[in-house]
Amino acid sequence: MAYIEATDVVKQFSNHLALDHLSLSVPKGSIYGLLGPNGAGKTTFIRIINQITAPDSGTIIIDGKKLNPKHIYRIGYLPEERGLYKKMKVGEQALYLSRLKGMSKHDALRALKFWFEKFDISEWWNKKVEELSKGMAQKVQFITTVLHKPELLIFDEPFSGFDPINANLLKKEIINLRNEGATILFSTHIMSSVEEICDDIALINKSKKILEGSIDTIKESFSTGLYEFVFSGYFHKLKATLTSNYEILEAVEHENQTRVKLRLLNSDISSNDLVKTMMQYGNIEHFNRIRPSLNDIFIQAVEEASEPTTPNEILSYE
Amino acid sequence: MSKASLIIQREYITRVKKPSFIIMSIIGPILFAALMIAPALLAQMEEDDLKKIAVLDDSYLFSPTKDADGNTVFSVLKDTEFIKFDYFYSYDLDEAKADLKDNDYYAILYIPHTVVSSGVGQVQLFSYQQPGLGLKMHIANCMEKHIEDIKMQEKGLEYGLSDKDMRNIIKAVNSSVNVNTIKLSEDGEEKETSTEVSMILGYICGFLIFIFVFMYGSQVMRGVIEEKTSRIIEVIVSSVRPFQLMLGKIVGVALVGLTQFMIWVLLTFALVSVAQAAFLDPAKTIEVAKEQSLETSNILTDDTAVQDEAVEGFQQMYSAIRNINFPLVLGMFLFYFLGGYLLYAAMFAAVGSAVDNETDTQQFMLPITIPLVLAIIVMISAINNPDSSIAYWFSIIPFTSPVVMMVRIPFGVPLADVLISVGLLILSFIFMVWLAGKIYRTGILMYGKKVTYKELWKWIRFKG
Repeated sequence: MAYIEATDVVKQFSNHLALDHLSLSVPKGSIYGLLGPNGAGKTTFIRIINQITAPDSGTIIIDGKKLNPKHIYRIGYLPEERGLYKKMKVGEQALYLSRLKGMSKHDALRALKFWFEKFDISEWWNKKVEELSKGMAQKVQFITTVLHKPELLIFDEPFSGFDPINANLLKKEIINLRNEGATILFSTHIMSSVEEICDDIALINKSKKILEGSIDTIKESFSTGLYEFVFSGYFHKLKATLTSNYEILEAVEHENQTRVKLRLLNSDISSNDLVKTMMQYGNIEHFNRIRPSLNDIFIQAVEEASEPTTPNEILSYE
Repeated sequence: MSKASLIIQREYITRVKKPSFIIMSIIGPILFAALMIAPALLAQMEEDDLKKIAVLDDSYLFSPTKDADGNTVFSVLKDTEFIKFDYFYSYDLDEAKADLKDNDYYAILYIPHTVVSSGVGQVQLFSYQQPGLGLKMHIANCMEKHIEDIKMQEKGLEYGLSDKDMRNIIKAVNSSVNVNTIKLSEDGEEKETSTEVSMILGYICGFLIFIFVFMYGSQVMRGVIEEKTSRIIEVIVSSVRPFQLMLGKIVGVALVGLTQFMIWVLLTFALVSVAQAAFLDPAKTIEVAKEQSLETSNILTDDTAVQDEAVEGFQQMYSAIRNINFPLVLGMFLFYFLGGYLLYAAMFAAVGSAVDNETDTQQFMLPITIPLVLAIIVMISAINNPDSSIAYWFSIIPFTSPVVMMVRIPFGVPLADVLISVGLLILSFIFMVWLAGKIYRTGILMYGKKVTYKELWKWIRFKG
């Protein structure tokens, strides 16, 4: 069942079209990656969900109801452009932000105590934000985002500004929140950061959606019959047999073993057939089907969607 | 608690807790109190030590009369508690000037022999320090009277009149004119007014409004810029409407302004009372009290003519102050303070939302500063002529009315003028807040863009 159902959303700014008939369906209880280069329209879509801006046309249904001001209390939003009042104390500020999200003072204090202890930052309570490092402030910001137990969490580039240790902590918390039932919308232009935690993704480029689905399905559909294996035995005989159906991309011999990368030319042949052939000529030390990275998929999808686009242009976004 | 009151609360508390607010709250009243106390204190200090004046009287008209034992029975230049005159004859002025540095005389009073014959009596007072006004007045008062008498005697001789006749004539023609301004009110009651008091009051009120609008308006602007540059704005507007946030900020800062104003008034009052009790001569205070009591008993005697004049001035001032409608002035002050502030704070908020940092505000400040500076210029002319047409129009136009109308109010303004001015101000600040809200809504989420007036106009026309 979809938690967010966006249909034909259009947003026109004075000199460019930010969203061009975008339709998305975010399944309930999933981590949904909204991917695309900078300027693709991700932040505009997120701002529409947060009711910071309104779409020109199109409908958005959240949890079965048309988007309305009451939804604000059920959303936790960590924007890409984030920050806190520098001169305000951490505790006061966290309390203020959570009360703006509709929590009572009592509930907010209790929840804050829990999270501050969990992240082991209780001693920051009376510090001013300007005394904290950027990473420390991000932690506080993360807490204020999730404090009111929102059903929908929106993270816009959540890992920027975090060191690897804290980024991992954050990842763990995000997965935890999903497991507790929250739906998570996750926007980023760094594809690699989402591969491991997203269940579903949508690729957006130049205001349009070009791909949507679960990561596995997408990867499967972009799987191009690439294999990699390490083989010891009569490689020249194997090579002679394979040439009809496979293109050998790479073959490196080292001592008795050969590391080979090849591409299947005939889609009727399964990986089992390949393994059977190999077994006749020697031992298989290692066998692996290469799946394309999201980055590769993205570049390929963009190229397919708009032929004139040069790959360089897309790569430069990284 | 509603979101609006949460925002107001935050804006208020963070500002009131700032060290700068606390320092201003303390320093302001000290400055005001010092301004009020210092002149009185200085006047008192000036008279504290005895000043000896060497009188070089070339006219021989001012020598004191002495009895057989050499005690002075009458002198024209009367010695006082703080001033003592010593007389020198055939003492060269240049010599005396040269000696002044080394002897303990405070000043040399040189009276030339032409003092009576010349139209305006020319006497000179040489000293190393700037002599106080009190000393100059004392000398002038004493001498004027004596020279008058001498001239009178001369004229009397000329026309063959006796001294007694002369005195009678003088008594008969002696007159003084004192202009008392009486304001007529609608119900036929006559009220004594003093333009000086109204001028001072009007000036203070107008200027305070100007300062407050600028001070607290720019606080709103800085607050908006702070939220933009710290990037917290997007988090906040995902919880509240931008308009709510803007209004909350404007109201919160207004409350800070009112708090500061109250603290200033109360602390200044307290400080002045304490300082008066501590520093000012108790005898002086009694004197003032005496003068106050004289107000009712209208006794005038020949000897106290000089003092009477002072008492009369004081009486007028006192009754004029009592006749000013303070509740009205205070009420109008609060209204124009809030109205003017709301109008300008909305503009300040819009400017803050359109820029990325404070240095970029310059280009948009012109529409704010020009009317305010204009208001101050008109205010100065309105003080002298509160019923001129320029004062009228600028007290009606909402951008200048808070300052200019406040100057006119202590002088008394027709009810219709006040109603038009108040009504227009209310309408225009509602309009301005609405307009600023439109700019603000778009501006706060714009980064790194050089905004022009054309762009602002586009934002105003944006839907939703």
